[in-house]
Amino acid sequence: MTEVLISALLIIGGLFGLVGSFGLLKLREPLQRLHGPTKATTMGLGATLGAAALYLPQPGAHLLIAVFLFVTAPLTALYLARAHLRGAPPDTPVS
Amino acid sequence: MLSFALTFAITCFALGFAMNLIHLARSPLLPDRLLAVDTMVINGIALIVLYGIRTGSALSVEIALLLAMTGFISTVSLAIFAKRGHLL
Repeated sequence: MTEVLISALLIIGGLFGLVGSFGLLKLREPLQRLHGPTKATTMGLGATLGAAALYLPQPGAHLLIAVFLFVTAPLTALYLARAHLRGAPPDTPVS
Repeated sequence: MLSFALTFAITCFALGFAMNLIHLARSPLLPDRLLAVDTMVINGIALIVLYGIRTGSALSVEIALLLAMTGFISTVSLAIFAKRGHLL
């Protein structure tokens, strides 16, 4: 029973991670591209960490990583969106 | 079944890592590249956790936690640099 739950969490996590990275590659506008990695990939990593917490002997540390990522992912998205809205400064080496 | 699911998840996250590398090489904007690097950090944490599940080692949790904290700090500081042009 636990093995079925761990396998389902692993497959859900892999699919969400793949969808998030594909959205980063697929979407057109720069501010649209913030959607995929900040939501779908974090969700996939959360499911993977849940599977690891069920399988490995130390579940608290995995749940700690999951809570930390769920707290810090919106902050990262906020700062990246601010950088997009402001635009890169002219003296920044871009390409 | 667990072995199949583990292989599937590792394949998905490795494909995502490759997609992030392609986006990092193609994108012209600095915040876009920062987003690709941040997603690469998240995919790397997932790959380390999956490696820990496969080998059953206890060390992978601490590596993943350290990588999560370092990735967050570096992404936020580089985003502030991309916004302002200076950091302090």
